[in-house]
Amino acid sequence: MARLAALTGNNAAAEAIRQIKPDVFAAYPITPQTEMAEEVAQFVADGILDTEYIPVESEHSSMSACIGASLAGARAMTATASCGLAYMWELLPIAASLRSSVVMAVVNRAFNAPLNIHCSHDDSMGARDSGWIQLYSENAQEMYDNLIQAVKIAEDETVRLPVMVCMDGFIISHAVERLLLLEDKKVKNFLGEFKPAYPLLEVNNPVTLGACALPDYYTEHKKQHSEALRHSIDKIMGVANEYAKLSGRSYSLFESYQLADAEYGIVILNSAAGVTKAVVDKLRKEGVKAGLLKIRVYRPFPAAQIVQALKNLKVVAVLERTDSFGGVGSPVFTDISAAFMEASTKEKPLMVNYVYGLGGRDVGLEDIGKVYANLQAINQRGKIEKSFAYLQARE
Amino acid sequence: MAINLKEIAKKEELFTPGHRLCAGCGTAVLMRQVMLAVEGPVVVSMATSCPFVSTATYPYTAWKVPWIHNAFENAPATISGVEAAYKALRKRGKITQEIKFISMAGDGGTYDIGFQALSGALERGHRFLHICYNNEAYMNTGIQRSGATPLGAHTTTSPAGKLIPGKREFRKDLTAIIAAHDIPYVAQTTPFHWRDLMTKVQKALTVDGPSFINVLTSCHRGWRSDIKDAMQILRLAVDTCYWPLYEVVNGKWRLNYKVRNKLPVIEWIKPQGRFAHLLKEENQPIVAQIQQKIDENWEKLLARCVAD
Repeated sequence: MARLAALTGNNAAAEAIRQIKPDVFAAYPITPQTEMAEEVAQFVADGILDTEYIPVESEHSSMSACIGASLAGARAMTATASCGLAYMWELLPIAASLRSSVVMAVVNRAFNAPLNIHCSHDDSMGARDSGWIQLYSENAQEMYDNLIQAVKIAEDETVRLPVMVCMDGFIISHAVERLLLLEDKKVKNFLGEFKPAYPLLEVNNPVTLGACALPDYYTEHKKQHSEALRHSIDKIMGVANEYAKLSGRSYSLFESYQLADAEYGIVILNSAAGVTKAVVDKLRKEGVKAGLLKIRVYRPFPAAQIVQALKNLKVVAVLERTDSFGGVGSPVFTDISAAFMEASTKEKPLMVNYVYGLGGRDVGLEDIGKVYANLQAINQRGKIEKSFAYLQARE
Repeated sequence: MAINLKEIAKKEELFTPGHRLCAGCGTAVLMRQVMLAVEGPVVVSMATSCPFVSTATYPYTAWKVPWIHNAFENAPATISGVEAAYKALRKRGKITQEIKFISMAGDGGTYDIGFQALSGALERGHRFLHICYNNEAYMNTGIQRSGATPLGAHTTTSPAGKLIPGKREFRKDLTAIIAAHDIPYVAQTTPFHWRDLMTKVQKALTVDGPSFINVLTSCHRGWRSDIKDAMQILRLAVDTCYWPLYEVVNGKWRLNYKVRNKLPVIEWIKPQGRFAHLLKEENQPIVAQIQQKIDENWEKLLARCVAD
């Protein structure tokens, strides 16, 4: 029987970790992830969770230890946020190109300066090109479900790539929600045992891992990694389908909300999808064909599928909780623009990019309402005057 | 556990010939000694360094043991993950063998950029041995100063120029800093003292907890010395009391080689081109300063060591 619970996002993630039962959990506390690191430590202290908890002295070491543990043949997990993710930056491409199966919870938080402990997506968006799979979660339920699926994806023999699972700091990590939890046994059976490829601890079959590869071999290593990440999309969907059978909750590469016949669309990630859905509902009642595309799998980027889902809209706003300073637009906007460039389709919407909600600034019904009003105005003018703007900023 | 040369000669070389380290590289000698001293299965984690790029360039490897390189500053953090994985899998009955763990790094990966990861892993009590192959500068990147570079030494980032006569600071006493972590086993040695080194590796691997060995090792490229003098220079380091052989076992300091005829430090300085400018008349105060520091440290060490 599924268990109904009232938990914060951090509690939900900790609960998922307890059920996943990693062999090794290495973490360094950082706001707003701290509660998760504490709770996992408490599970271990109480004997509820049999895990080697490594209370590292930094995030650099948490990722280093996880890479070592995963390649040794253990199921390894960690969790971080913001500066912590930045501090382990160097290790992210190593974890991925060494084909470890580390799973990491990321509680999205802004980058300093000015110092800010609240939500932006600077951290995980900055890590998008590190070769990891990235899953985004709207709420505590999705964080819980995504974490469990992430382990199965990361450990699959056709994938063998690390996965980071993101949720919004404070907005989700610290807000109590109602969610459904699976039975421990179901999660255990769903995940099975980790079967590593060339574990270091198989001492009778010694391997050298992390070798130096010079210009004669480096390219081939990177190409294999690139292909593995692109191909992982099938397994991500396969795991989602299996998980749907188990949980009754279905997941895809992205969620389409009132999108099929929509004229005006917003593309968004994580928690702000909630308020956007409420605005869509309101606009639909008023006869405005509003819709939403909420990205769940950002890496590998489901380019063709997103083009297919957006091509018939009139105007689309990509809303992002980060800025790619000096770039064409923020990361998702740039990716979707590139996806349309590459696609054979002639139909494509007018597209704008708005930066919102930085450093935890609340995004309300009015803010999203204004975006849809802008999209309608753009449609009437038939052209875009300004494709990139900051919402909510005082001038 | 006594080291027997005849027995060692029969052992399989786990660090194999054919690697690309320089002829006369002290680190190659110590790697070989370490791997010959090891008994039973071992996993090695190595920091970015000369021995990394020279022994594990794809598709070749000189290692006949499970071996991992992760990054420059995290060899101890990496091995702490491997060791935690071992504990978990052993508890779950998936591994039955006893396995030992070694992380290795140069003075850059130990004294400087890797210090935090090492200190953390030692404090957490993982059962592993960290070996520092300490040639007193960043040799892999072309001889830059480190926290282990001695006063007066010429490196490319502490050059001896018209105004400044080489490095202006003393090295840090890392072995004592590690001893202050109160771990079960800490030692200093050199590959010239092969029996001492191998005995220490074996001792370190038997303790229940973290252990550390700081190995002074020669680099003729960086030290500007003759290849054939590699081992003799290390002998002089010990005979001048520049690098005493000692160990700290469960907090008890013990001198492993009592220098009876202490040579003046100039004997250690003379064969090394990195100190060539110190032979000039105007730099004699620096030599005196080095000598004074060595004398003080030697006395301090003798006072710390328990009598045999």
